Amino acid sequence: MSQDTIYFLWDCLQYLINGITQGSLYALVALGYTMVYGIVRLVNFAHGEFLMIGSFCGYFALQLHLPMYLSILVAMLGAGLAAVITERLIYRPIRSAGRIPALITAIGASMFFQYGGQVIFGASPKTIPPVILEKIYNFGELTISNLQILILVVTTIVLIFLWWLTVKTKIGKAMRATSFNINAAELMGINTNKVITFTFFLGASLAGLAGMLMGYLTPLEPMMGTIIGLKAFVAAVVGGIGIIPGAALGGFILGIAENLVAGLYKSSYRDGVSFLILIVILLIRPSGILGKNIKEKV
Amino acid sequence: MDYILQLILMVGIFIILALSLNLINGFCGQFSLGHAGFWGVGAYMSAVYSVYFALPIPVAFNMLIAIIVGFISAAIAGLIIGIPCLRLRGDYLAIATLGFGEILRIIIMNTESVGGPRGFINIPKWSNMTWVYLCVILTILFMVNLKRSTFGRAIISIREDEIASETMGVNLFRYKLFSFTVGAGIAGIAGALFAHTQQFLHPTNFTFMWSVVILVMIILGGLGSITGSIIGAIVLTLFPEALRFFGENIAQLRMTIYSLILIILMLWRPTGLFGTHEFSIKKFLGSKS
Amino acid sequence: MKLFFVLMLALSSNSFAVTGKVKVGAVLPISGAIATFGQENANGIKLALSKLKSKNIELIIEDDKSEAIEATNAIRKLINVDKVSIVIGEVTSSNTLAMGPIAQAAKIPLFSPAATNAKVTMVGNFVSRACFTDDFQGVVMARFAVNDLKKKKGLILIDNSSDYSKGLAKSFNDEFLKLGGTFVSKEELTYVQKDMDFQSLLRKIKRANPDVIFLPGYYGEVGLIIKQARSLGITAPFLGGDGWDSPDLFKIGGSAMKGNYISSHFAPDDKDPKVQSFVKDYEKAYGAKPGAMAALGYDAIGIVADSISRAKSTKPVDINTALLATKNFNGVTGLISIDENRNSKKAAVVLETTENGFIFKNKVNP
Repeated sequence: MSQDTIYFLWDCLQYLINGITQGSLYALVALGYTMVYGIVRLVNFAHGEFLMIGSFCGYFALQLHLPMYLSILVAMLGAGLAAVITERLIYRPIRSAGRIPALITAIGASMFFQYGGQVIFGASPKTIPPVILEKIYNFGELTISNLQILILVVTTIVLIFLWWLTVKTKIGKAMRATSFNINAAELMGINTNKVITFTFFLGASLAGLAGMLMGYLTPLEPMMGTIIGLKAFVAAVVGGIGIIPGAALGGFILGIAENLVAGLYKSSYRDGVSFLILIVILLIRPSGILGKNIKEKV
Repeated sequence: MDYILQLILMVGIFIILALSLNLINGFCGQFSLGHAGFWGVGAYMSAVYSVYFALPIPVAFNMLIAIIVGFISAAIAGLIIGIPCLRLRGDYLAIATLGFGEILRIIIMNTESVGGPRGFINIPKWSNMTWVYLCVILTILFMVNLKRSTFGRAIISIREDEIASETMGVNLFRYKLFSFTVGAGIAGIAGALFAHTQQFLHPTNFTFMWSVVILVMIILGGLGSITGSIIGAIVLTLFPEALRFFGENIAQLRMTIYSLILIILMLWRPTGLFGTHEFSIKKFLGSKS
Repeated sequence: MKLFFVLMLALSSNSFAVTGKVKVGAVLPISGAIATFGQENANGIKLALSKLKSKNIELIIEDDKSEAIEATNAIRKLINVDKVSIVIGEVTSSNTLAMGPIAQAAKIPLFSPAATNAKVTMVGNFVSRACFTDDFQGVVMARFAVNDLKKKKGLILIDNSSDYSKGLAKSFNDEFLKLGGTFVSKEELTYVQKDMDFQSLLRKIKRANPDVIFLPGYYGEVGLIIKQARSLGITAPFLGGDGWDSPDLFKIGGSAMKGNYISSHFAPDDKDPKVQSFVKDYEKAYGAKPGAMAALGYDAIGIVADSISRAKSTKPVDINTALLATKNFNGVTGLISIDENRNSKKAAVVLETTENGFIFKNKVNP
């Protein structure tokens, strides 16, 4: 093999690893989208903004010299609380009005948090103080940083936790029941409002976690949630919206595809490839890779 | 009063956009989130005509050709996107159209001959009040007549219940594709008018957020209502501008207030200001006497 | 609806009542994607206004949400409703290009503090600017690379979503080749705004092994690129333009920022007493060190005020004539003259980056 081919193979492997790391972040955010959609059939456009709010909460916690793990907790709590309040004040009253009004309200909430964030936090980006020193490990031509490993480990833990939560616990069972049929679940004595609130809290706190992890890589600013929010949403749909493993799968697919295209071709087409995958998947499997095709009955 | 005239022009353009989306979303019940993409295709293609290929004929004819170019190019885009996507339903269709809208924008962004990220400059100012409102009136007439026709009733029946309308003999796919293509084409007309009013185009004019703005217009007015779309377009075009008149301290808060009012309006009237009803003089007088 | 128009008419008729004052409008991105530039620029403008002795200028700032449509609405409002005599704005080239034809048609001068694309002032004789153009910056840095750093193996990394970046890259490319430099990568290396991970690009750079890397981007991505480059073991210095010039660059890049160079409009550690008093006043008013955007805003309104007093008139046409005749205005960004193409002719400064800020390296005259 020529040197170029060897470099090419190393490169592909590197892009794959970078893609998995980026995909983990997409997956963490996509999980929240999917859980909320699975239960209330609402595309929660403000989800990316919960990520932003969470990361800012974490940033302020670090400014107060709280230790790192506490700041992550603060980020998760902050994002979760913001979601619970939004759900209670805005989404719950509109829920009965149909899906399109609910969607518009969600978009309104998203804009409100973005522009409100610019007023409160200021438009200039904030950087998280370097609580974790970045270390680079080299394996041949490969480079992996400790931050990448951290992101991977955290995502794996979260995925295992979510599996345990939905399959093994009572609240998980209630979530699945509500997602299956909200009225029947209510008749079975499940307090669906409580389940919905819990789902919003859980989903947003994962976004807050992702926001904090992102904060180690890039600066924080009030508009930071829009792009990752949109990508995560696409990831959730690609995997099959409403299905938890689907969100993770979609996140990884998108992350890897984007990095391969950006690395081997041009990063101008990074966003394009995500949307292209989205459309191709929707045309082949209209309800996502892991989604079930449901026929409408009369 | 160039400023007010300009706003009236923008109101006209957004009325056309709102009505065209109403055809897809309000009449036919197909949820599209990529409408700004069709608007952009019409705008850019008509501007390509007027900048690179304009014929040495009077301005009025050139503008007419630009509008036709806008209509046809956007309609073709609508057809290409509609054929595969219209098999999808509800939220999935919305997401697919969102994806296509963004892809169209990314293509524009990477095309150097239309200015790429700098924006498309030196577009002639061919459009004026007459052109815009002529198109507005034609669009309204088209929509009103469509709503009353057999063809329109078939489209509305798809919105109400796809399966029932199919059993009544409505060819679902054909009617959906018709409303999607024509809706996209009309958005292309709005694009041509916009390009020759603004004289400048930029890819950020056609992002997903603008699709949302158009969608909000028709929902705020009342989905399926022609009057509602018109009112929605007027209110949402003028409202952010009206906020400019409350002093400098508001400047930073302008968009926050805008989004807050959007939420409050939706909570207050989720079906929009008009529901699916239309304004009629008879009813108006009747309620008074 | 009626009420709205009545309100607008009432407000517009009001503006006739005030006499003796010159109204100056400004269209800036106070909110939206690039709000940080717009806000800093507005701060510079407001600071300069508070320092001016003559109190006959009334400033009206309009937000454009960082978007072209809003920018055109805002300038129309300023011209028609507020009846301003001159408009300052915008900080980006594309939004200034959007507003140009409107100002030109209304015969109201449009004076941009920071739009550096060459096409901006070609719109017409009512559009001018307070900064140099992209071409000049590319030339300055190419000369600096070859003459001062003695580096001849170059590489260019372009932000493909910005015309600014492409403009700088092209002029650097031409001048660098003219001075005998060579480029080590045949492939065009690009990224786009909002990218977070540059490993793949940087690996290609590492293998190409250049002596010097020209990176004409904005500080957000630049900080990340340099940080990731240094941890990958790329040691060649990075050169850039005024897009780097923000205090936030050092928050993002940290210690990796050491030993790179940029061309910019203004050096906060310039010993000139005028600059020093500006830096002190700015820090007192806003609690932060001023960047280039603040300095350009400060000078833009300074030149406008100077033109108004020389014009001895509130007529836009007279103000424009005086503005275009500006010679050797002594601003914080240097001696500024407006040339026959309505661009500012002035020196660029080369700044060196350290861990926590820029230090003045040298001055390059046009």
